[in-house]
Amino acid sequence: MIDLATYSEPVQAGALVGAVLLEAIVLYVGYGALERVAMPVVDRLKHA
Amino acid sequence: MEPFGIALTTLALFVSFGFMVGVLFGFFGMGGSFLVTPALLVMGYPARVAVGSGMAFVFGTAVIATLKHHDLGQVDYKLGGLMILGTTAGIEVGSLLVYRLEDLGLAGGVIGITYVGLLGTIGLFVTRNALKNDGSDDSGGGHHEAANDEIDPDAIPDIAKKIQSYRVPPMMTIAGGIQVSLWMVLGVAFATGLLSGFLGVGGGFIRMPAMFYLIGVPVPVAVGTDLFEIVFSGGFGAFTYGLNGGVDLSIVAPLLAGSALGARIGSAATSIVNEDDIKIYFGLMLLGGAVAVAFQQAGDYFGIELFNTVGFALILLSAFMVSGAVIYSTVATMRRQAETSAASAD
Repeated sequence: MIDLATYSEPVQAGALVGAVLLEAIVLYVGYGALERVAMPVVDRLKHA
Repeated sequence: MEPFGIALTTLALFVSFGFMVGVLFGFFGMGGSFLVTPALLVMGYPARVAVGSGMAFVFGTAVIATLKHHDLGQVDYKLGGLMILGTTAGIEVGSLLVYRLEDLGLAGGVIGITYVGLLGTIGLFVTRNALKNDGSDDSGGGHHEAANDEIDPDAIPDIAKKIQSYRVPPMMTIAGGIQVSLWMVLGVAFATGLLSGFLGVGGGFIRMPAMFYLIGVPVPVAVGTDLFEIVFSGGFGAFTYGLNGGVDLSIVAPLLAGSALGARIGSAATSIVNEDDIKIYFGLMLLGGAVAVAFQQAGDYFGIELFNTVGFALILLSAFMVSGAVIYSTVATMRRQAETSAASAD
């Protein structure tokens, strides 16, 4: 486990921004995949 | 149980609140700092953490909403890059004006009145314009699925046409194949940055209508390009506050989990819902915001805490109603489209 507290403030701030960016991309991809799986099911239910 | 170091109820509250903000952010390209920072302050977080975590959240949501608008072809990167240049210069000058007013002891009052006046004026203008167009437009369409779609000349307001008619070289081509003067783009970016720096806000509520009315960018592209710009301003703001320990990931992570879904829905809704509906919702939200900020300013001025609470409740209520209206309009439009295609298949 990396201990961020041992790094300088700019590195810590950069790591925080990087973590938010990473979470945003993971969520975007994750919800996108979920959407692709869920949409055909919703369409099938709508036309049932 | 305390996952991420916060109570489960707080976690659920953050995820739901993030969802609502995400819908508004994806749909309008604004509303993040407007809603999140006051909410965190009311919850008792220190101002530094409320502003810093709000900035980090706005950054993350802007990344998600920009990616979605990119998929829909609604981000003009060239325009966005130029807007960043002009806005940065404007923010610098705007903040200098604030320091000057602080020296004169006038900052609080002047900024408060300008903020309320601006929100109210833009809100009234946008709502009135959208209602006027709604009555004269029988097409019922208004979908904008790609940045390079030809724009209906009737959809460009007269003021934008007049401004675009001043052809000071060099000229550049923006989304929709419209030719505008580079100086016009930089001028609008500078002016919106000036107001943004002066008022201490993200500025989406100024930039989005300015791009549409003054440059003539189609609304969905104005939203997408505005969000692209917020990725940079939000990222820089989060980094600055992160230097002083102002970003709390236990707040940002659950907010972002909710807003990621909301921003996808809000961004996708811009290509489904009628453009005039977008403008009406945007105008109503600004009007609600103007009344709310007026209450908060009056609360600060007269020292009445109740006015601040009423102001915050009004912001939440208008945001909740507008995000609900966006989702309702999207579902209703999709249902109509499904019924029409089913009827034509029969």
